[in-house]
Amino acid sequence: MAKPQAGTYFWQGNEACAEGAIVAGCRFFAGYPITPASEILEHMALRLPQNSGIAIQMEDEMAALGAVIGASWTGAKAMTATSGPGFSLMQELLGYAFMTETPCVVVDVQRAGPSTGQATKCGQGDVMQARWGIHGDHASIVLSPNSVQEMFELTIQAFNLAETYRTPVVLLADEIVAHMRERMTVPSLEQMTIAERKKPNSTEKQFFGLKEVAPMPSVGEGFNVAVTGSTHDEQGYRFTADPLVHRRLVGNLVEKIRSNTEKIVDFESYKTDDCDVGIVCFGCTSRAVYEAVELAEEKGIKVGFLRLKTIWPFPEKNVNSMAQTAHVVIVPEMNLGEILYEVDRAVQGAAKVVPLNKIGGGEMITPEELLAEIVGSVKAS
Amino acid sequence: MTEAFTIRKYLRDLTLPFCAGCGCVTVMNCFLRAVHELGHNDLRKFVFCSGIGCSAWIPSPYFEADSIHTTHGRSIPVALGVKLMRPDLNVVVFGGDGDLAGIGLSHLVHAARRNLDIMVVMVNNMIYGMTGGQVAPTTPLGVKTTTTPYGSFDPPLDTVRLVATAGASYAARWTTMHFGQLKEAMKVAVTTSGFSFIEAVSPCPTAFGKRIGLKDAAETLRWFKENSLPLRQAGKKKKKELTDKIVIGEFARRERPTFGEHLHQTLTEAEKTAEKN
Repeated sequence: MAKPQAGTYFWQGNEACAEGAIVAGCRFFAGYPITPASEILEHMALRLPQNSGIAIQMEDEMAALGAVIGASWTGAKAMTATSGPGFSLMQELLGYAFMTETPCVVVDVQRAGPSTGQATKCGQGDVMQARWGIHGDHASIVLSPNSVQEMFELTIQAFNLAETYRTPVVLLADEIVAHMRERMTVPSLEQMTIAERKKPNSTEKQFFGLKEVAPMPSVGEGFNVAVTGSTHDEQGYRFTADPLVHRRLVGNLVEKIRSNTEKIVDFESYKTDDCDVGIVCFGCTSRAVYEAVELAEEKGIKVGFLRLKTIWPFPEKNVNSMAQTAHVVIVPEMNLGEILYEVDRAVQGAAKVVPLNKIGGGEMITPEELLAEIVGSVKAS
Repeated sequence: MTEAFTIRKYLRDLTLPFCAGCGCVTVMNCFLRAVHELGHNDLRKFVFCSGIGCSAWIPSPYFEADSIHTTHGRSIPVALGVKLMRPDLNVVVFGGDGDLAGIGLSHLVHAARRNLDIMVVMVNNMIYGMTGGQVAPTTPLGVKTTTTPYGSFDPPLDTVRLVATAGASYAARWTTMHFGQLKEAMKVAVTTSGFSFIEAVSPCPTAFGKRIGLKDAAETLRWFKENSLPLRQAGKKKKKELTDKIVIGEFARRERPTFGEHLHQTLTEAEKTAEKN
């Protein structure tokens, strides 16, 4: 048994993530143990060697992402997985991967922070770190799964985006989605789209910072590619003081993601064009939203929601258009307010934006708590 | 077998960035001569990884070769990723003492423990040169640097001994004064299977020499010569007598299964298991 066969499985989220990576073509994994992400490393250690790949446990998280970057430059699709404390350590090399346009996937299974926090309990406090954790100017692609099925599908999507846009992609999971088991389906290989990076032809010399995504050579192919995290021109040569080279490089790196926002953005929406109350949600928290909407509808309240599968780039147009019909937009998050501010910015005063926050003990926001907020906001408006 | 040695055939047409008297140029010269004498007329079979610091600029982007210039201290993990996926390539890391024995020390020790089949050249100038002369984990006790204005109170690390103890197949220390030995060591390191490590003690006239009263590179090299002690002689001396001495020679040269061999065995096992299922 190599790649997972098409069929129905009862997998854990982390297991589904690992299997998704194998389907996507991942052939190198490096990680460091951390709750609640360790199962991805364990499963890759078991499964990658059966699929002509290598999985290795490194000495720390910097080494893990470093090895992934090295492997990616040999042409291999590569991934690492961690949780908050390890994700903090990886920011340095995440920035390097962005600057050098190294495709790779970094899974962050969120737990309750800051610091060691509650290591085994769910949290959603890394939303802004996933967007802004890298120092300096950059753009980020961050996906948010809300089921075991999506741990599988969005891992594949993360690889596809990483290879297409030649950039690191973060799969921002959470402890609940990663540790639960549920039924899921592996489609047949023909039903899945697998993207590959653009390779240069033998005469090409420009591998970096182009307006369109630059072709990526591998080491050992005779291109004599010079890779550096310093500001560099299209051939990879360092320009550590030239203002124009810096503006051009960083501008193009940011723009290749910004200008493709509409292609990258993915979400699930429900009655967003005909609702009194709108909800913007993501990850495990969205699972309570489904039930809360049903309960509210029983009471005759029209509720719509936008469930973000892509958190970054943020689908601000879609959030804004929901706010044109809704009087109130509720933002439930297992943190003390992160995506809330982005929603507020996108709504631009068209509706009242109401936070619903809960942290500690890994306790989810319940459908009843959400319903109370929905009912309360209808009364208030 | 080979053409005559010209350093140009291995270099891009760029101006080198090093200060006058910098040992990085000697290290570059030794390495490229070693490569030449081993019969490589180009660097096609090599991949270079480096971190942050002056010596990280030896290969990047000056070598006409693939080079990955990483963040501070992380060259070895990146080299590991390259080597595991392309075991057919020679992966060589250049770095300074701050890069490899400071911020990246853990990776260095683990690579030696694994006996990862790469070569690491540590250019030890006993200082953080690029940032302007701050104390390094290799600075001798008592030296006044910009961050130890009253003298360093921080005993230096014997990096080559540490790497040898951790399990490297090959570990040697020479100074740039010992050009011939350094070049020969490079040849051994390139051809050794397993982890090979060379510490090249190297002058930094700009940020270190002047701090210990040595006005130029020539004086530093004289200082290296006078204070170097071959390993065999050092063994007969008392610890006290070795203070301020640079012990030179081969600290490890042994046959030991490489990381690649262990990994290959494991992968074969996994394939068999997969077939059975």
